[in-house]
Amino acid sequence: MLFYFFGALAVVASLLVIAQRNPVYSVLLLILSFGALSGLYVLLDAPFVAAIQIIVYAGAIMVLFLFVVMLLNAPHEETDYDERTHPMLRPGPMRFGAVLALALIAELAWALARSGTPNTFSSTPVTSVAAIGRSLFTDYAFQFEVTSVLILVAMVGAVVMARREDRPGAKR
Amino acid sequence: MLDFLSTNSFLIAQVGILVVIWIGLQLSAAVMVYAERKVAAYLQQRVGPTRVGYAGLLQPIADVVKLLLKEELRPAAADPFLFYLAPIISATAAFAAFAVVPFGGSTTLLGLLTEPLPLHVADVNVAVLVVFAITSMGVYGIVLAGWSSNSKYSLLGGLRSSAQMISYELSYGMALAAVLVLANSMSLRDIVNAQSGSLFGIPQFRWFLFLQPIGFLIFFTAGIAETNRAPFDFPEAEQELVAGYHTEYSSMSFGLFFLAEYINMVTVSAVATDLYLGGWWLPLVPESWGWLAFLAKISVLLFFYIWMRWSLPRYRYDQLMAFGWKVLLPVSVLNLIVTAAGVLYFGL
Amino acid sequence: MPSLNDYLILSAVLFTIGTAGVFVRRNLITILLSIEIMLNAVNLSFVAFGRAFGTIEGQIIVFFVMTVAAAEAAVGLAIVIALFRHRESLNPDAFTALKW
Repeated sequence: MLFYFFGALAVVASLLVIAQRNPVYSVLLLILSFGALSGLYVLLDAPFVAAIQIIVYAGAIMVLFLFVVMLLNAPHEETDYDERTHPMLRPGPMRFGAVLALALIAELAWALARSGTPNTFSSTPVTSVAAIGRSLFTDYAFQFEVTSVLILVAMVGAVVMARREDRPGAKR
Repeated sequence: MLDFLSTNSFLIAQVGILVVIWIGLQLSAAVMVYAERKVAAYLQQRVGPTRVGYAGLLQPIADVVKLLLKEELRPAAADPFLFYLAPIISATAAFAAFAVVPFGGSTTLLGLLTEPLPLHVADVNVAVLVVFAITSMGVYGIVLAGWSSNSKYSLLGGLRSSAQMISYELSYGMALAAVLVLANSMSLRDIVNAQSGSLFGIPQFRWFLFLQPIGFLIFFTAGIAETNRAPFDFPEAEQELVAGYHTEYSSMSFGLFFLAEYINMVTVSAVATDLYLGGWWLPLVPESWGWLAFLAKISVLLFFYIWMRWSLPRYRYDQLMAFGWKVLLPVSVLNLIVTAAGVLYFGL
Repeated sequence: MPSLNDYLILSAVLFTIGTAGVFVRRNLITILLSIEIMLNAVNLSFVAFGRAFGTIEGQIIVFFVMTVAAAEAAVGLAIVIALFRHRESLNPDAFTALKW
């Protein structure tokens, strides 16, 4: 029952994210969607993933998005046509959206028809944080270290790309 | 009636704990209002509020009544939904973080209950992460307040304050990680129980404060920066930014921010007590009266908060950020490494 | 009690919503948000599969996906800021000329 509640909340929030005109509302609705997904992770016996979903995604990445939206302060898409009509109601999106929806319905119908015996979950979940830590530091230790290098590279790249270039003689 | 009470006694006790924490937090905010003004006064060699009630004890009530009766203003260009959502988010995050913090051992309420009732709202086995997550959510209240007020002071204050909060969350998390290494569990109740051993022959004294003094200092400093209190309160400093992100708020919206700030202080003190000061363990105090020891320790930490606000000058914003990134974060990483080495080689 | 199929269908729906967002919206930041929706849908199916087979690998992969998503969001937003500074617009149609 909780699955349907969280699932519906995630879907509705995501639909509203792409339908909102104001990016600040989009970011807030996406945070709501992440909260719903975090609830789903708890239902899937993954409390660690649920907690880091809130800490990393909803707590850090979305703050970054919010900062950029507020700093750039360009809330509306331009041109008069854009001002008058809602983004989802223009001909291009409407046609493309209809095609996508038909494809999705066909795919879901096919998937539901194929599932004769529903795949039930195995009865022994592995949920402890200790198991995640053990696996991360032994089997996947190389990948773990590589992601730290990745984050360093991303940090340096983001700082370099976002700085101002309008001082001709400035040495940085 | 008594039949209903006895069969559902556990459920009623749980709801009772919820009510106790809810009211207790609000009472603590009221006590903090009074304590701050009195302590500040005595630190400045004056007496503080004395007129309202005996020795000014009814001053918080007067403050609340004043806030409730003020006119509720909103700038015309402010986004109304976000403007009123921001203090709600701040206050909700402040209260919600207390849901996983245990504040005592088990009690049977002097024999009224059939089985001992553990003194917490929920015992989650990743409680440390949950507290961290909810504290991260509190940033949004401030960011949205700054943005939706549609005024320069608010926006600058909001952005600076949230940048400060997310920077100090890193050191906060690293200090937490060092405690996790010592305690081998993420559940706050287990962490407190790991501090119930004996140190130097004194029972119930193996507090992590003595095993990791630097970790405690890092955690408490990061906690002060997280709650935007002096000396890290540049974003809401009166002299610098009018009032930062809550410039445009009045009456109960401002009251909610005010409440959220005090309750954040109480939560940080409670978590610090659980992590470093041994929670409810005190030598010679039996476990069922441990919650009194917990209250005493929180009061000591809150006194430190007030003392520091009125004794130390304020950090400038760039000094604040430089301190967080260039000093506190490397020291907390070193602390983690040294703690891990200590556990590995000396079996702490 | 929801089965694995229910979680996969939810993940597919979320992924499609994200893809539609990337194609439909004409605002760089909303496009990046839609990409985040897609990444989350994939995370959900990883955790669901991990739970179905009783292994921890699902959660480990989610850990890495979140890290990569964070790095990609940071770099993407830096690019958006640089583009905005140059052209004062967040519409991807404003950046059609290769000439800087």
